[in-house]
Amino acid sequence: MRMIFKTSYDADINLFRDREQGFWYMTLLVLSLILPFLLDTFWLGEITNVLIWAIAGMGLMILVGQTGQASLGHAAFLAVGCYANVLLQDPVGLPFILSFPLAGLIAGLAGMLIALPMTRLHGVYLAIGTLAIAILTEDLIVIAEPLTSGVMGLVAPTINIFGLEFDRYGTPGRFYWLVLAIAILMVLAYRNILRTPLGRSFAAIRDSEVSARAMGVNVAWTKAISFGISSTITGLAGALMGHFAGIFNNETFNIIISIQLLLMIVIGGLGSIHGAFFGAIIVALMPQTIAILRDTAGSVFGGGSVAIPGLESAIFGAILILFILFEPMGIYGRWVKIRTYFQLFPFYRRDMFRRQKSYLKTERMR
Amino acid sequence: MKALLEIDNVTLRFGGVVAVNKVSFSVEEGEVFALVGPNGAGKSTLFNLVSRFYDPVEGDIRFAGESILDRRPHEIARLGIARTFQNIELFEQATVLQNLLVGRHRHRQGSFAGQILFTPFVRKEERRHREAVEKVIDFLDLQPYREKYIAGLPYGVRKVVELGRALAIEPRLLLLDEPASGLSVEETQDVAFWIEDIRKQMGITVLMVEHDMHLVSSVSDRVLALADGKMLSLGTPQEVQNDPAVIEAYIGTSDEHERVVA
Repeated sequence: MRMIFKTSYDADINLFRDREQGFWYMTLLVLSLILPFLLDTFWLGEITNVLIWAIAGMGLMILVGQTGQASLGHAAFLAVGCYANVLLQDPVGLPFILSFPLAGLIAGLAGMLIALPMTRLHGVYLAIGTLAIAILTEDLIVIAEPLTSGVMGLVAPTINIFGLEFDRYGTPGRFYWLVLAIAILMVLAYRNILRTPLGRSFAAIRDSEVSARAMGVNVAWTKAISFGISSTITGLAGALMGHFAGIFNNETFNIIISIQLLLMIVIGGLGSIHGAFFGAIIVALMPQTIAILRDTAGSVFGGGSVAIPGLESAIFGAILILFILFEPMGIYGRWVKIRTYFQLFPFYRRDMFRRQKSYLKTERMR
Repeated sequence: MKALLEIDNVTLRFGGVVAVNKVSFSVEEGEVFALVGPNGAGKSTLFNLVSRFYDPVEGDIRFAGESILDRRPHEIARLGIARTFQNIELFEQATVLQNLLVGRHRHRQGSFAGQILFTPFVRKEERRHREAVEKVIDFLDLQPYREKYIAGLPYGVRKVVELGRALAIEPRLLLLDEPASGLSVEETQDVAFWIEDIRKQMGITVLMVEHDMHLVSSVSDRVLALADGKMLSLGTPQEVQNDPAVIEAYIGTSDEHERVVA
């Protein structure tokens, strides 16, 4: 059992709680950096995919986990980011280093514009509203054919930064490092938001809008900001997804992706950066895991590998149900419990994380 | 003494129900002013009018001489009016520290980009806010709960945290909606001492709604009794408690039956 004695306010402001925590994160960083030397191209590609999904998850997490606004339409911002990034490179002729941040900015502005009317809605109505946005975007991609070449799709060019080429197949290591660098920047930005008034006003809106207002938080505007940050990060992930997939069309960003994104952060653990990463590991690695398991099962029991349609979604759904029933705080919640168990050993109590219910919400105002 | 908050002939209707009916009073700078009355008298509605959650159909509300009717709800805290809620509206999934820091929202400085990059200026600001919040923590003896999540705290502590959050705003006027409801005798005693100190040490004017007449008469300078949205009696706690109209509103009179018949 360890006790941390805080001797300055900075102890609560710093990125890492103490040296030990800093050490572990640095170890993780070093491990991530040397990963291209340890893994083959296939697995490196899979890890890159995990990172891209984690960035998208962080985007949605800001909105859902931090600000408490549901969105079933985040595939729309993936699409906006992806198309903007590629179109800015190809017909417009900007280099990736400009088109990429611009794509994020465009997705962010789109998000804010949508948010200003949309965030007047609450709960399930907001979810339906954002769902409509996702469906609309899918159709818009088909309608705007001269720009997006509709169902034919677009091909993402190879990323070129000052003469260095980043290609998923040609230079998988470099592509991985690029994605890793962007993921780390996003984590830092996310952490910084959390420890400033901005992040606290998000949490205030999530937990009680009426009291956030009484504290001087401009609720409508702050929701729009949250939506904007969220769609910016998601848009950046979309841009990376485009380069990762190589070719994409309206189907790449369909409604299933929106739902998958939302389920991902719920499974990972709402309200934490860890949750976005844990969820991304599940979502991005599951198809491969199922395929490998199927092959193994096929070779053991005979009968070869038979593809079962819909198996992936079924397993995904089952995992989600199990989590909501047994661990509503997601994988991160379980992680925190296990960590606390060892930190407090042998003083951990079973109901340590049980939250007291408050029954005095009768006269709540919206 | 000059009036800090003036409620001028304010009326509010919900459909056919007149929740507040031509109420006028003013709270002087530096006093503790209490609103009392039976349930549904319009006390909390008056708070919500001052918080600008409701728009009055008639009348004017002035703070420090200026009408606040053209202000939006989130601008009220910036003017220096803080409030607590009858049923505790804390940020449940956040720690006590974070809750109190939200109270500092109106004092925040630093740009959007600065916050995302966490510039040295933003860090300096964070330290400043933390210092202010620590003062509140010391004042209310909340030290053991800094890192605790609200969702796991007992009712009495939550009540204190909400008071602390309002104090973190560093307001000129503090609206307390039933600060002692649900508290034990000892805790109510604490609240009485705190209200005294808030007025004397911090120089904050207090307007409160409270049912505990013992608390009301021990801390407040003036009391306004309301019933059915109308003003019944205004004066010192002693005067109001002895006013026949107030007694009638609370327990009725013996000749009520005759009056109804007549």
